Amino acid sequence: MDWETLRFSFLNYESIAEVYPLLLRGFWMTIKLCLLVGPLGFIAGMVLATIFSFHIRWLNWVLIAYVDFFRSIPPLVLLIYINYGLPMFGLDVPAFVAVLIAFTLNSSSYYGEIVRAGIESIQAGQMEAARSTGLNRTQAMIYVVLPQALRNVAPDLISNTLELIKATSIASVVALPELLRMARVSQELVFNATPLLVAAAIYLVMLWPIVRLLSRLERRMMSSH
Amino acid sequence: MDAFAAQFLDLEVMQRYLPDIIDGLWVTIALALLVIVTGLVLGLALAVIRAFQIRVINLAIVGFVDVFRALPPLVILVIFYFALPIIGLTWSGFVCAWVALSLVLASFAEEIYWAGITSVHKGQWEASRSTGLSFVETLFYVVLPQAVRLTIPPLTNRTIAITKNTALASVIAVQEMLTVAQTSLAYAANTSPLTMAAIGYLLIFLPLVILSRWIERKFAWKH
Amino acid sequence: MSNGNVVEVVDLHKSFGDLEVLKGVNVTVAPQELVFVIGPSGSGKSTMLRCCNLLEQPTSGSVLIHGQDITVAGVDINRIRTHIGMVFQSFNLYPHMTAIGNVALALRKVKKMQRGEAEDRAHQALRRVGLDEKALSHPNELSGGQQQRVAIARAIAMEPDVILFDEPTSALDPELVGSVLAVMHSLRDDGMTMVVVSHEMRFAQDAADRVLFMDEGEIVERGTPDEIFKNTQHARTREFLARVTDH
Repeated sequence: MDWETLRFSFLNYESIAEVYPLLLRGFWMTIKLCLLVGPLGFIAGMVLATIFSFHIRWLNWVLIAYVDFFRSIPPLVLLIYINYGLPMFGLDVPAFVAVLIAFTLNSSSYYGEIVRAGIESIQAGQMEAARSTGLNRTQAMIYVVLPQALRNVAPDLISNTLELIKATSIASVVALPELLRMARVSQELVFNATPLLVAAAIYLVMLWPIVRLLSRLERRMMSSH
Repeated sequence: MDAFAAQFLDLEVMQRYLPDIIDGLWVTIALALLVIVTGLVLGLALAVIRAFQIRVINLAIVGFVDVFRALPPLVILVIFYFALPIIGLTWSGFVCAWVALSLVLASFAEEIYWAGITSVHKGQWEASRSTGLSFVETLFYVVLPQAVRLTIPPLTNRTIAITKNTALASVIAVQEMLTVAQTSLAYAANTSPLTMAAIGYLLIFLPLVILSRWIERKFAWKH
Repeated sequence: MSNGNVVEVVDLHKSFGDLEVLKGVNVTVAPQELVFVIGPSGSGKSTMLRCCNLLEQPTSGSVLIHGQDITVAGVDINRIRTHIGMVFQSFNLYPHMTAIGNVALALRKVKKMQRGEAEDRAHQALRRVGLDEKALSHPNELSGGQQQRVAIARAIAMEPDVILFDEPTSALDPELVGSVLAVMHSLRDDGMTMVVVSHEMRFAQDAADRVLFMDEGEIVERGTPDEIFKNTQHARTREFLARVTDH
């Protein structure tokens, strides 16, 4: 193993020049995926948590079953199940849609758990005060309880979003042309590992600030105990 | 409904592939256990080393931990599998997955342990040191027992989430449960093997998820 | 060279960054003496106390325990600290251990006692502060006053030569202060050497051998309780005493 081999394999700028349009396409697909799946999962999670806060017993058991089910299944298994299962069943869904469904199911259960914990951290007096001024339950939830709840669990929400963004790389397995997929396609075109490292560098640049922020928030959260 | 059952719950297909799936299940469990033990121990070791506050070493730890928290596990796995042979490391897919996922878990665990250690009040250090216990004794007898308590709920959740990533090893040809299920699915032209795998994952992870709920309640209530 | 003093603080200076907290402090504490330190907050009295067992590293000057300078390099500070007990304002009991566990930890790990021996000694110490029946309680099951008495038991179990008290009653509800002061009083009667930083002037009047008044990093005035409280020499001392006895 000599320097030339290493350079060819890991720092091959010639091949970056060759494949950067592919990587760029992959990058935009990853961004698009995150911008769709993030809000979808988050909103679904808030709906789940709000329903949970109504304390309807049987409904809460259904929600817990939903949440625990999707927290127990690896997202990749879910994705493959949807991507290969539905077509065999006669429903032809494009990979992109399969990815959207899988990630919304998965992330809504995580977001739902987090928002539920947030709502439970708010004292009942808040809801009562809001109701006493004539707001209905949903209004009190939206204007009074949720804003405080979300602030209380902000670190968990950010952390879950980070995990979600990272998880979108799984879509490469069902050939969705996102960043990791395009990096692997490029790797096969140029016969070296540089595109993979470039993709990793892109993830790093994109996500490292979030990681730093989280470290601070998490430490502050735990210290307040 | 019959069409659905035939496609997803074909008992005859299931019976045929059950032994293979069970083989895969054992690989998944073995990989999961190895990752949990290696990751949690390495994470704790890093947090303990960090407590000594040696500047250069701490920078290295923080750098390592940040990278493995920022990169998607699948990216790490693929790089390990495809790039390491170039520098002469020819690990099997299983070893790649074990090392990669352990490093990821170690990174998250280190951050959580460290947050726990720093959250223990300064007065605890002082009280212990004032009775003559050394730095290391204080760390192990006074600070860590309190820190670990605080860290158990987040650590449990994180460990489950990362251990679920053993399914990613299917991408690098490890014969774990998802790989076996996908192969069987291709042979049988039927989704039932995948259903079995999904049930397998539920068998492993559902009890853990329920356990984590219980832990969260128990520890929240203690405060 | 030790002149028989338990503690000797010589020309002690301490700065935090640009802030000079101690500007040359000299204190001696003779065996069985109770030295009481008063002064406004920020006067440096707690810092002085914490320098005596090196929880704070002095910027310059020295601290002698039985004539041995503990600020020089190569001193086994962990061994020295077993001779200097400390009681903190916020108790600092270990929340994951029972009362007896708190008291026994250093006996086992530093004095290397067997479990049984350490627990016997810990029970003795708890009995000494009147809390043996709470031996198996965790700190969160005890009142503030009880927690502080356990903390005192933790200190006396090591059989130290001197105990440093850093505002031991400041974090307590008024009705719990008495029980802690009573324990301190009985320790004094048994001849324990003590340095107490506190605002409990009545206790100082009753129990102290000497009172030091500190302000802005210096000892402004020192003397017997009667000299300090009834025959005050310095205007700063008078001002301070007027302020704290007002209410």
